[in-house]
Amino acid sequence: MSRQYETVIGLEVHVELATKTKIFCACSTAFGGAPNTHTCPVCTGMPGSLPVLNKQVVEYAAAVGLATNCTINQCCKFDRKNYFYPDNPQNYQISQLYEPICRDGYVEIETPAGAKKIGIHEIHMEEDAGKLIHDEWEDCSLVDFNRSGVPLIEIVSEPDMRDAQEVIAYLDKLRLIIQYLGASDCKLQEGSMRADVNLSVREVGSTTLGTRTEMKNLNSFKAIARAIDGERERQIELLEMGKAVVQETRRWDDNKEASHAMRSKEDAQDYRYFPEPDLVPIFIDDEWLAQIKARQPELRTEKLLRYKKEFDIPDYDAQIITSTKKMADLFEETTALCKKPKKVSNWLMVETMRLLKEHEMEVEELTFSPQNLAKLIDLTDEGTINGSVAKEIFEKIFLEDIEPERYVEEHGLRMVNDEGALREVVQRVIAENPQSVADYRGGKEKAMGYLVGQTMKAMKGKANPAGVNRMLKELL
Amino acid sequence: MGLMSLTAMELGRKIQAREVTAVEAVREALAQIGKMEPLFHCLVTVDEEGAIKRAKEVQKRIESKELTGPLTGVPVVIKDNLCTEGILTTCASKILSGFKPAYSAEAVKNLEEAGAVIVGKANMDEFAMGSTTETSYFGPTKNPWNQEHVPGGSSGGSCAAVAAEECSCALGSDTGGSIRQPSAFCGVTGIKPTYGTVSRYGLIAYGSSLDQIGPIAKDVSDCAAVLQAIASYDPKDSTSVKRKNYDFSAALVKDVKGLRIGIPRDYFGEGLQEEVREQILQAAKVLEAQGAVLEEFDLSLVKYAIPAYYIIASAEASSNLARFDGVKYGYRSKDYEGLHQMYKRSRSEGFGAEVKRRIMLGSFVLSSGYYDAYYLKALKTKALIKQAFDKAFAQYDLILAPAAPTTAPRLKESLQDPLQMYLGDIYTIAVNLAGLPGISLPCGVDQKGLPIGMQMIGDCFQEKTLIRAAYTFEQTRTYERCAAVKGECVR
Amino acid sequence: MANVITDEMMDYVGILAKLELPEEEREQAKKDMGRMLDYIDLLNELDTSGVEPMSHIFPVRNVFREDVVRNEDEREQMLANAPAVKDGAYKVPKTVE
Repeated sequence: MSRQYETVIGLEVHVELATKTKIFCACSTAFGGAPNTHTCPVCTGMPGSLPVLNKQVVEYAAAVGLATNCTINQCCKFDRKNYFYPDNPQNYQISQLYEPICRDGYVEIETPAGAKKIGIHEIHMEEDAGKLIHDEWEDCSLVDFNRSGVPLIEIVSEPDMRDAQEVIAYLDKLRLIIQYLGASDCKLQEGSMRADVNLSVREVGSTTLGTRTEMKNLNSFKAIARAIDGERERQIELLEMGKAVVQETRRWDDNKEASHAMRSKEDAQDYRYFPEPDLVPIFIDDEWLAQIKARQPELRTEKLLRYKKEFDIPDYDAQIITSTKKMADLFEETTALCKKPKKVSNWLMVETMRLLKEHEMEVEELTFSPQNLAKLIDLTDEGTINGSVAKEIFEKIFLEDIEPERYVEEHGLRMVNDEGALREVVQRVIAENPQSVADYRGGKEKAMGYLVGQTMKAMKGKANPAGVNRMLKELL
Repeated sequence: MGLMSLTAMELGRKIQAREVTAVEAVREALAQIGKMEPLFHCLVTVDEEGAIKRAKEVQKRIESKELTGPLTGVPVVIKDNLCTEGILTTCASKILSGFKPAYSAEAVKNLEEAGAVIVGKANMDEFAMGSTTETSYFGPTKNPWNQEHVPGGSSGGSCAAVAAEECSCALGSDTGGSIRQPSAFCGVTGIKPTYGTVSRYGLIAYGSSLDQIGPIAKDVSDCAAVLQAIASYDPKDSTSVKRKNYDFSAALVKDVKGLRIGIPRDYFGEGLQEEVREQILQAAKVLEAQGAVLEEFDLSLVKYAIPAYYIIASAEASSNLARFDGVKYGYRSKDYEGLHQMYKRSRSEGFGAEVKRRIMLGSFVLSSGYYDAYYLKALKTKALIKQAFDKAFAQYDLILAPAAPTTAPRLKESLQDPLQMYLGDIYTIAVNLAGLPGISLPCGVDQKGLPIGMQMIGDCFQEKTLIRAAYTFEQTRTYERCAAVKGECVR
Repeated sequence: MANVITDEMMDYVGILAKLELPEEEREQAKKDMGRMLDYIDLLNELDTSGVEPMSHIFPVRNVFREDVVRNEDEREQMLANAPAVKDGAYKVPKTVE
């Protein structure tokens, strides 16, 4: 008797664009910095100040639109969205309602049932708000306008997603595209990518949409997945009890794994949009659009094919390396330095992935330089260090981006190729391990491994493993 | 010496000829301010110390031959909605009490670069909302021609200061007639330039799509010189327009031969004071005698300009004035609990009644469900009005009309009935909607001895035509000084 | 008077515009707004069908800034006019419950 429900999800994704300056003034967008040190009359809403549009914002927005199969609105305009809040210095946000820059696009995601297109309703440009810091001591809030006026694009999807998996796949895809374009670093934790989830439920088979809610404050993929499940349950419960879902904005609290309505009698949610009189329309003619198209960097699919062809990298490895712009960039830059694509790929695929997992880090958080990885590969290839030392050094590079050559010298990790010293040690190991020697001679190949290990240990790991093998065989 | 009875150009010439110094000129202005202010209250801030300091610097630059322009050393007054670095800028509102901007408006910068010396900030209707300068938080300005009467508004302080000879010339702003109407009421000359000609950067916005800064002075030559100084293409104002040339003074030529002047019948109908009508038509005859060709025509749509204007201006104002919230600058209520009460109290205590009325009207017309019926309709009306003017300017070089339906009303008379006050802007408002340039200049006085102003309207970017026609007309009469200063000194 | 401004409308506009008028001012404002709207209704006479709304007078388009940082740290100037400041930030009543 229990009814079957379907979840209908649409996303509003805000992405901070990677411009050097804010959208309407020449203040830096650099992250961090003491409160209000990146502010001017424009981004603090001083009387008489006027906005002037950063051209790069238009180019990034159009580039994202092109990469997501949108139609570029060749004549777009800005509008004012009016609402009072202290992080909004003018008490209106300059955004686009009537004529957004991009419309009607889609991205394709992989689902268990195969490829699926997620429609993009529109992409518009707008300015970010400042930051509110809550001061517990004085029970007040402090306003920092450093982020005020940082350019954003808002990507509004169609309600085409049906579960958390699809949502994550869609976000992953968007992130990948935008990172490849260099339009944003898309860090959820730092807020340079933010997703608001519009969700409604309806009985399976129904063609009309249920009443939706909007969920805000989702800071990670995990939070998004939990919020979707939580909100789905909440709405179904309401419907099962014969109650109605109220159209509202809710704030997700990931610690409590619950949401609450952000309603206030002082908020009317009536934004009184009207065309921004201080800015003129933007006209993207065919020539400009062609330029933006021509500047589009190589996207993932192209890169994937090229890696397989040019570097002879297996499909599986190429998939993983191109799955983030960061990894692909590391791969290409390191390869350009050491000219050993397969080895680079190997370091990224094995050790880098292992350490990321171990330290619970995202690929975006990688800080090591291609120079140091390339050097490490060279050192190993030249026989200056052996494989196990290399792994040890790589961990240092991964964590602190140390310079491997100096590290080898400082820690005396150079591989020992001194035949005389090696012969001495091997002789001692043979003498001290008669059982293993007997086993080996008796045909147990495994015993050889043990003897190699003992020799390496005696040489503090700096021996050349091939040399050790050869010497052992010779003396046995 | 009577330096303040001179025009800005005359004074400038004396300064360039080293007959007087910039410091002497400024001291003279300050003395006049001391005499006139108690009677007329044209200014909200007098920066005596700063003015003398600036005058000394200017004098140095005169002596080093760095400054040779016609406005060098000339004392000027700036409307209080234009930001002046380090000098109080309040928009005559309590909500901006104590506000000292960190920057000057582009127009102010340009004027100072031309060598002019700021002596004070002019009173105005609060946030330029009003037509009488009575909505000022600091109290009304009185008309130097007759203290019982208003100077007009919203640039009433600037116009009265010029008439009372507290400065050689002044800057005002015009959103719906705020330069032209008070110029007419105070017997001085004022220009509202084509939208985009003078940068709005640093002008505290009322209706952004309508606001323009312009000069106010004793005569057309002074206005042309000030306009030439303040007009510029400014990358900081996206609506700023790059003009082909800025040599407005080159149009000071006495010649209107063959100039086609249209006289819109709609501007001479009901509600127009008889003496105003007579004087304007008389002025038209004078221009005709100089060779201009007159023709009456129907401009149409005039009566729709006011409602369209009040929708657009109030809507933009409701948004522009949202930033005054007690967070970043200006007044914050002393008594509140929580954020929203702080907003409401600060704004309700900080804004005057007329400003609140317009903010509420503006918020209402933009609110959910009303946008199309009001705002969009107003933008369409604006398009039709622009078309009507385009049609007119296909026929005529300029349009001649009154600047206001009457001469200056008595104090308090207009405030009784806001709608009536709004109707007083009927001849000036359409010009702002269409972005056109307009000039207002004196053409007579009525029986009460109050000045009458005529308005000429040009097509976009045709300031020079206006200046030429106004100059030609001006040459046929002498500048009449107001009662307050008459007889004090001889020119 | 065709347009009657109710108390509810005044409250609503008060929330939007962050204004609360004292009783006397409020009654006057209701009357004035009603009259203004009546006057504005004059526009209904005008046939604007097919007319393109005009927000900008001139067909100026594409006014841009290049993406170059030009502003220095102007914090002190920006904060100089603030009614309440703490730790280099604008101080406001707390914004969360």
